[in-house]
Order: sequence, then structure tokens, then C-alpha cells
Amino acid sequence: MDNINEISSQLFRRESGKMISILTRIFGTENLDTAEDVVQQTFIEAIQTWKIKGLPENPAGWLFLVAKNKAIDIIRKNRHSVLYDFSNDERNLLKSEYTLASTMDNLWKEDLIADDQLRMMFACCHPEIAKENQITLILKTLCGFTTAEIAKAFLSSEDTVSKRLYRTKEFFRKARIALKIPSVEELKSRTGTLLTAIYLLFNEGYYSSGNKKLIRKELIEEAMLLCKLLTENEHTQLPEVFALMALICFHSARNDSRTSPEGEIILLPYQDRSKWDQSLIREGSHYMDKASFGNALTSYHIEAAIAYEHCIAKSYAETNWKLILDYYQWICLFYPSPITELNKVVALMQVHGARAALLAMEEIKDRKKLESYYLYHSILGEIHAQSGDRSAAGIYYARGIELAPSEIEKKIIREKMEGLKME
Amino acid sequence: MGEYLLLFRGGQDGGTDHFSEKWQQHMHRWMIWMAELQKKGQFLSAQPLRHEGRQVSGPEKTIKEGPFMEGNEKVSGYLLCNADNFDEAVELAMGCPVLEFESGKVEVREIQELKV
Repeated sequence: MDNINEISSQLFRRESGKMISILTRIFGTENLDTAEDVVQQTFIEAIQTWKIKGLPENPAGWLFLVAKNKAIDIIRKNRHSVLYDFSNDERNLLKSEYTLASTMDNLWKEDLIADDQLRMMFACCHPEIAKENQITLILKTLCGFTTAEIAKAFLSSEDTVSKRLYRTKEFFRKARIALKIPSVEELKSRTGTLLTAIYLLFNEGYYSSGNKKLIRKELIEEAMLLCKLLTENEHTQLPEVFALMALICFHSARNDSRTSPEGEIILLPYQDRSKWDQSLIREGSHYMDKASFGNALTSYHIEAAIAYEHCIAKSYAETNWKLILDYYQWICLFYPSPITELNKVVALMQVHGARAALLAMEEIKDRKKLESYYLYHSILGEIHAQSGDRSAAGIYYARGIELAPSEIEKKIIREKMEGLKME
Repeated sequence: MGEYLLLFRGGQDGGTDHFSEKWQQHMHRWMIWMAELQKKGQFLSAQPLRHEGRQVSGPEKTIKEGPFMEGNEKVSGYLLCNADNFDEAVELAMGCPVLEFESGKVEVREIQELKV
């Protein structure tokens, strides 16, 4: 059976995160390696067995049972080992044969898995772990990515990814982070950290260019799954969680129209809007409704509102730019940064024209920080082109091409530059 | 406050079908009883014992193959726990599922502190 390998790698992606979350609850975050070993061994055994006996009726159930039995073996061998701490909570009962089996059965109950995954997510996003290490660990433990896949997704080397994972596990070993859902007082800020990680994960998949299409799509899907987990768990049903979910839906709805069959980026004005996924837009609107309770207005809310306006516009020209400009003004007011100011200028040009856009551009605080950003020059090129100053436009486009990180992005600006000559 | 050893005698029968519904329910009650002790912070350790045994005795260290006692008199398991006093330890022992069997007995003994 050739497809056993294929099926088990799909199962690995889907089920390993659940298994790791449960096993880490049993062995503690300081023994994350043990949890990973059990999952690894389970899958090796699965492939060997299934190749001979064929696929069982319930493959996921089979995996869970084998992993559970492997965990029981490890507990029996290490009941009194200093490496494992079975002293707290129900874990103490794992040490006695009277209660080992029943306690294990309870720990592997289907309806507890979502909470286990959430606890694991909170541990991965511990405030003392660096952002890029948080995302790396989430992909490895919760999303079933291999080190090679993570390296591919982040355009870094496997060596770098391994080092990141090692450092984070080292932190777990020393700090003995408890797997728990934070207290009510902490919950909001700790959930904020989870959202930042999911947002970064999503952006990595959505915006990173010159990258394999497939792996990018997977990052987007994982970000969506993780965010969905938060929307479904009563502990984390906060307005900003729903807002980020809405944002992810609206952006994802447009994903297929953002690249040509050859993998080239298609910018918003030129996208085929009939390709946009209407069911995802509806799903996003549904999350948007759920996001509007309490008095929380986060950047996710505003970004989702902007994405929604783009989703429902019939064409680029018919977009409600006035409203989008208002939203950007809010973002700049509450979450000021040179990048959001730059986005505001794009909307401003649509509403008030190139001259106003140029003035706004000159008023950006910390404009210097944008000097090394290719889009800054590309937008300035457009502003000058629109106001008829072709030579200035040409200079800015040239600088943009120089700074653009990938061939695809260079090509887009080069086409704009070609457009100058034709006019 | 002291440490108490609960010695179980009799109770589970070697020929029990460990997959039967009845047995599962019985083990579930062990779980409930011990989880309660754990919750109150009194649980220390517990293990069931196999039937076979050997006995080493006297300065001659003679070895005897078990069973060396009437079936129902044999120790079938133990539990070590904390309790405020003997009465509380006995109270705890009353909840032990080994007592569901006619043959079941729990012997409650306090850990002795030896003078040094």
C-alpha cells in the first residue's frame, strides 16, 4: 500500500498536535521531548503495522490508543524517576496501578482535547519566549510541522529552526512552565500574546513572497485553525479573538486571486473579484458580528473592517475609499506606526488625490524608517506619476526596484515604470 | 497528623475478567476513592500486589514459596496516606473498595517514629 505514507503524514499534521498536548499534560512541559518521542514512535509503529494489516477503521483512534499505551509504559518505568514530576494534581494518581488506567482514560477523553491544546498554546506563547520562537514552537508542537517545513516556511535554515526549538525547550526545562489556562486577571493579556503569534503566522503565509505556494497556504490554514480554536473555547471568547478570525477570513477569501497560475503576485486593482470566496466572506461577517460586543476596539477590529470593505466592493474604483480612509485614520490614532501611515496615504490618494497624498507623506513622523522599505518608494512613484512628474516618479520606482526583496515584486514596479513611458 | 499504612487483604479475585463491565466499575470506584484523598492532599502512594510470593525467614534465611497463607488473609495491596489521627485513618479506610467483597479487609496501621 503506497498511500499509507501519504495518509499517515496527513494524520500526523492533523492529530500529532492533539497528542502532544495531552502527552505534555502527562509528562510536563519540561519533558516535551518525551511527548514528541511518543508521537514519533507511534507513527513509526502505525506505518509498519498498517503496511501489513491495512488501514484500521478509525486510524486516529488507533494512534491515540497506541500513544496512550506507550505513555503508560514510560510512566511505569519512571514512577520514581527524578526526571518526571508526577506529584501534582491528578498526575499523582498515575503512579498507582490502582488508578493508572482510569486516570489515563480520563486524560485522553475527546472532549478535553480542545482545552489541552489551548493550554499548550498558552505555554508556547509564554511572555518570556521570543516571538519568533513562539511561532516556531507552535508550528512544531501544535501544527505537526517538521523542522524542514518550518525552515521552508520562514525561508531560514533547518539549523536555525533547530536552535530556536532547542532554546525554547531549554527554557521549558528550566522554568518548568505549568500547563494551565491563565487566571481571569491575566487572561486578556495572555490571549493577546496568542493573537499576536497567530497574526504573525498568518501574515507569514499571506504576505511572504518568493515562497512556495503550498507551504504558504498551509500557514494560512494553520493560523485559521488555531484562531478558530480560540473562538470556540469559552475561556478565550474575547471580542479581539473574533475580530482576528474575521480578518483572517476576509483576507483568505481573496487568497486565490492574489497569484497567477505561474505564481506571480496580482495586486488588488487587477484581481479577478469573481474568484473571491463568498462563503469565507460570509463566515468573516459572522465573526465580525460576534466581535462587536463589549467596548473593545482593537487594531484587529479596524483591519477587519477595512478588509471587509475591500471584499464587498464591486471594483477597485467603486471601493468605499472614504470609509477606508476613516478607518486608517483611527488606526494611525490608536496604533501609530510609519507602516500604517503609509497605508493611510494610499487610501488618501484615492479620496483626495495625489497632491494631498504627497503632503500627507511628508508629514509622516519617523519617515526615515520607511526609507529602506521598497513600497514607500513605489507609492511615492505612483503619487508623482499621478501628479504628472514623470522624472521624479522614475527615480522613486528605480529605488523601489532596487529595494524590493523578490523578483516578483521588482517586476511589478518595473511594469509601473514601463507605464510611465507609454503615457 | 501522622502517616498511616492501609493494608488490604482479600478482595479482588485472581480469575477476574479485567475487561468486564463489573470490573471496570469496581476500578472506577478505586479511582474516585483515591482521587478524593489526592484532592485533600492526603494521598501518598498505593499499589496492588501480585498473588505469588516468597518468604525469607530467620537468621537461616530459609526461603518458602508462596502461597504461605489462606487466600483471603494474603495482603493484596497497600495505600500510604496522611491523616490527623487514627480515627480519621479508619474513617478513610471505610471508603476502600476492597470492602465491597465479603473477603475484603483493611488493616490500618500508623507509621512508627523510631527514637533516635
